[in-house]
Amino acid sequence: MNVNSSVSNSSVSIKDLSLNFGAVSVLKDLNLDINDGEFLVLLGSSGCGKSTLLNCIAGLLDASEGQIFIKGKNVTWEEPKDRGIGMVFQSYALYPQMTVEKNLSFGLRVAKVPQAEIDKRVARASEILQIQPLLKRKPAELSGGQRQRVAIGRALVRDVDVFLFDEPLSNLDAKLRSELRVEIKRLHQSLKNTMIYVTHDQIEALTLADRIAIMKSGIIQQLDDPTTIYNRPRNLFVAGFIGSPSMNFLRGELVKSGDGIAFSANGVIFSLAAYDANEVLQPGRKVVLGVRPEHIKVNENVGGEEHDATVDIEEPMGADNLLWLKHAGHTMSVRVNGARRFNVGAKVKLSFDMTVASVFDAESELRL
Amino acid sequence: MADVGTLNTTVAGIDAVAPRLGEGPSGAKPRPALSSRNIMLYGTLTIAALYYLLPLYVMVVTSLKGMPEIRLGNIFSPPMEITFEPWVKAWAEACTGLNCDGLSRGFWNSVRITVPSVIISIAIASVNGYALANWRFKGSELFFSILIIGAFIPYQVMIYPIVIILREIGIYGTLTGLVIVHSIFGMPILTLLFRNYFVSLPEELFKAARVDGAGFWQIFLKIMLPMSLPIFVVAMILQVTGIWNDFLFGVVFTRPDTYPMTVQLNNIVNSVQGVKEYNVNMAATILTGLVPLIVYFVSGRLFVRGIAAGAVKG
Repeated sequence: MNVNSSVSNSSVSIKDLSLNFGAVSVLKDLNLDINDGEFLVLLGSSGCGKSTLLNCIAGLLDASEGQIFIKGKNVTWEEPKDRGIGMVFQSYALYPQMTVEKNLSFGLRVAKVPQAEIDKRVARASEILQIQPLLKRKPAELSGGQRQRVAIGRALVRDVDVFLFDEPLSNLDAKLRSELRVEIKRLHQSLKNTMIYVTHDQIEALTLADRIAIMKSGIIQQLDDPTTIYNRPRNLFVAGFIGSPSMNFLRGELVKSGDGIAFSANGVIFSLAAYDANEVLQPGRKVVLGVRPEHIKVNENVGGEEHDATVDIEEPMGADNLLWLKHAGHTMSVRVNGARRFNVGAKVKLSFDMTVASVFDAESELRL
Repeated sequence: MADVGTLNTTVAGIDAVAPRLGEGPSGAKPRPALSSRNIMLYGTLTIAALYYLLPLYVMVVTSLKGMPEIRLGNIFSPPMEITFEPWVKAWAEACTGLNCDGLSRGFWNSVRITVPSVIISIAIASVNGYALANWRFKGSELFFSILIIGAFIPYQVMIYPIVIILREIGIYGTLTGLVIVHSIFGMPILTLLFRNYFVSLPEELFKAARVDGAGFWQIFLKIMLPMSLPIFVVAMILQVTGIWNDFLFGVVFTRPDTYPMTVQLNNIVNSVQGVKEYNVNMAATILTGLVPLIVYFVSGRLFVRGIAAGAVKG
């Protein structure tokens, strides 16, 4: 009952998927339901299994165990072409000897689609991606951005339910990357297809995704919308992975303070009265306090106690100004408005916004 | 305002007159043509070239002389009287055993051996290499290892068993038998060559074709083949020269009337009856070596490109 309903509601559904290469286990009992029309980003550093998972969904790799459903149909043993997927690769993977037009239509010609229909679909895809002037060119005559557009077009003409992107922007320079990122988002908004997008770039993940699945060693660490991932990371790994510069971590323990609970590190007390905890916080527990650089205020009280710190290094980044501060034996990064400049060695007062802070158990590394 | 204008032109004028670069060396460093480095380099190359060209020169010169002139003994002197008689004799009249129709018989035999052997071995090996590179099947690694070992076993070990096999099938002594032997013996090295080339092609191209719905043969014929011209040329050169120059298999697996050119050349040159006709022997040898030579000259550039292709990602 339950299984059936979840299958029919979702576009792609992965059940207990495992993949082993010999003795090495790459994916472990993975479960994932992707809703119809959702943009899901698989995020992780290299070797975490995100591309492997995508290749499994595409049918380019056989699963060792488990099942894959696409549109409610069990496709675990299906060939890639029968799964209703289109795929875009990091290296574009355009057929070098064919013109753009032939590249776009190759799959359709293989499937023996009538020529009139092929022409119609190629025309539509090239209009959406604005590559009509390039149709007669060979891939070698295109720039990186144009090549990737053609590669997206190749998935587009196949009229598929699910788009798979395997780090599509990683080979492009920074400017093109942000342009194409916007285009992919626009494409998703107009097509409303399910898209699964693999990347190691957290900016791409945060900007594009409806939901992000953060992976590490073949296991999904957290699957949530970008805001939740950013503000309420489920464990220490996710907290450290997302955000640049990364979250400040302080190791310490929970203590009683007045009638509430507080965090103590090196004898410095941080009141956790404003912290939104998942469970009742017991004094004496060893924990890690995580605060993002933009959630620490300099010379500006947002409630709670103030802490003394010294400016160590200042890194102006245009819109923002990143300060590295020495505070009670820790080094801490703090993001302030770019207009606010500080001298090295200046004494400042810090105030921590505990409403958006995170507390993790030091042992299990899970959010409390 | 006028003042500013004057000042600007003055400044520009000074700029144009004064040299923009300082004193001292600038631009490309001049290199003398007769430096010790150049003398060493070109000297070595010239000597090496002469070392290889001299025998060829002697052969060409001798083949154009009449026997009386050859008996004078000066092998380096150019012919006093050029004659093409030895060439005609070598091609059409020289005797081996009972046949007196020259090397032409052997030439056509070699063509009939080489062309099908090259086509068959390359056709099969390219598919083998493609399958091993892109379609990992159960036991593919083992299959590949066995194939590689095959490349290192000396041919002599396998001659006797193959003779028996061909005899049992009933094609011993025929050109068909020799073609099959050549195709089989070309397989390990050619498969290795093709596999390594296909492995060097981007894997994502293969994946993209699979997502596009192309199958084993469609990917091979429509995606891989058009990208593989250089490696096919390399394989062709290796096979044409290897099979054309083969002597051992030719002499073992054929009969006198189906001898390839090399075997026939040997029989002409080593015939013990009558006078040794050095001019005819030279002409016959050059004729035999001409085919690989022409293949190299025509496709040398592609050959180098194909050898280097595996190293550079395309």
